[in-house]
Amino acid sequence: MDFFNTTLPYMLSGISVGGQYALIAIGYTMVYGILRLINFAHADVFMVSALLMVYAVSTYSVMLFLAIPLVVTLTVLLGFTIERVAYKPLRNAPRMSVMVSAIGVSYLLQNLALYITGGLNKNYPTIPWLSDSITVFGAMTKRVTVVTPFLTIALVIVLVMLIQRTKIGTAMRAVAKDFETSQLMGIKINSVISMTFIIGTFLAGIGSILYFTNYPGVTPQAGAMPGLKAFVAAVFGGIGSVPGAVLGGFTIGICESLIKGMDSILVSVGILKEPLELATFSDAFTFVLLIVILVFKPTGLLGEKISDKV
Amino acid sequence: MLKIEDLRVNYGGIEAVKGISIDVPEKEIVTLIGANGAGKSTTLRTVAGLVKPASGRISFFDEDITALPSHSIVAKGITMVPEGRRVFPDLTVLENLKMGAYLRKDSLKDDIQWVYDLFPRLKERSWQLAGTLSGGEQQMLAVGRALMSRPKLMMMDEPSLGLAPIIVRGIFEIIKEINRQGVTILLIEQNANIALHTANTAYVLETGRLTMKGIGKELLNNEAVKKAYLG
Repeated sequence: MDFFNTTLPYMLSGISVGGQYALIAIGYTMVYGILRLINFAHADVFMVSALLMVYAVSTYSVMLFLAIPLVVTLTVLLGFTIERVAYKPLRNAPRMSVMVSAIGVSYLLQNLALYITGGLNKNYPTIPWLSDSITVFGAMTKRVTVVTPFLTIALVIVLVMLIQRTKIGTAMRAVAKDFETSQLMGIKINSVISMTFIIGTFLAGIGSILYFTNYPGVTPQAGAMPGLKAFVAAVFGGIGSVPGAVLGGFTIGICESLIKGMDSILVSVGILKEPLELATFSDAFTFVLLIVILVFKPTGLLGEKISDKV
Repeated sequence: MLKIEDLRVNYGGIEAVKGISIDVPEKEIVTLIGANGAGKSTTLRTVAGLVKPASGRISFFDEDITALPSHSIVAKGITMVPEGRRVFPDLTVLENLKMGAYLRKDSLKDDIQWVYDLFPRLKERSWQLAGTLSGGEQQMLAVGRALMSRPKLMMMDEPSLGLAPIIVRGIFEIIKEINRQGVTILLIEQNANIALHTANTAYVLETGRLTMKGIGKELLNNEAVKKAYLG
């Protein structure tokens, strides 16, 4: 019983942050799937989305029920604009050039955030229903912890339906495989690519609300760590695969959280007499675990096989 | 119907097409033969809007379509079956066909039926992923997919490539059948023998220039053509 009581809060928080990673990871994986581009700016769009919320609510006193759709819309608009301005002109350039452009956008957003906030830690607004405290099997937590996995799964189901069942989704799969033949079908590949960025940043916008409700300090670097974790989640799940990104996100979130709690968990079952302060290593341990799994499954859990018959 | 006038195209740093003019009359099968690297593919790709020409003019039913984007070209009624078939391997046969009709908003039922009548094999494999089809079946799918846009002109880039002779003959029978049903065909081939047997008019392309034009079956007996392309 002690074991259960000690583990549960870590498990809950792992599932929750895992869902948030998953929402960001989908943006990485979809853009990679279609452009073979690691969109370094994605994590910063996630951070800017949080700042937009801070300014909308705290500075301009926009009512929350309006601020949420407004901020998500602006986030999507930002993602769309970045693609049009920084990536589309380089469509025929080598992939490395586009990647450099992505790094440039990433710094631009961070610098802009620094310029506007003055580098101060901004407090993310409290979203009433989401940040209410609730009790789950005796463990105290915010409601967002419980909402995140369900919302994530629901959004992913809608997304997978869109990709598998609709015309635009089929076109996305076609463009991801073959630009030129897709053009011969009459598909406007630029519209399809824009659509990918719109979906990716929409999910990052939702993820931002959930994540910063849990970790309310917004700095210009606030996107870096969750962004990196989400990117790793996408690679781990098999980059290019949406279900893979989700699986990866949850896996990393849960591992990371359980490793953070390893000390107390081990003490609770009597393996350790006193804590070893292992929590400090949670990020490193998470990566070691990933490396081990990638050694056995180089393309990630659900990644496509490399040998493509064309 | 399709008129190419003095077309010049640079491709990969060289002038691949050096001022060619081709006329494709409605309801005909026109072929463009020539060796590897003669500029055949580049010509088709330019018409399809995948490559921009350096100079020259392409018109379709007397309308200038030079350098229009691909989706506008498809909308005008020109489709292309690309070299190497290029079916979407992760999409099912049916999804591939639907992609061929991407710009259409009307019902596809009759057209899917039409393609399945032409290629009954595709109907059997409707739910299979295109990547699992044999080479011949993929070629059928590539042709069927092109037909789904209800083209007036279908351009084909090396439909015989990598297929067994018996499959090639089957494909060319279907090409003739499609033509009889009213679709004009512009065909490029390295297999000059079968192309000349099939086409009404033929052009011979050598290193970016047209060297000969004639009735398909007459070129079959031409000494120069025999020597260079028919072995």
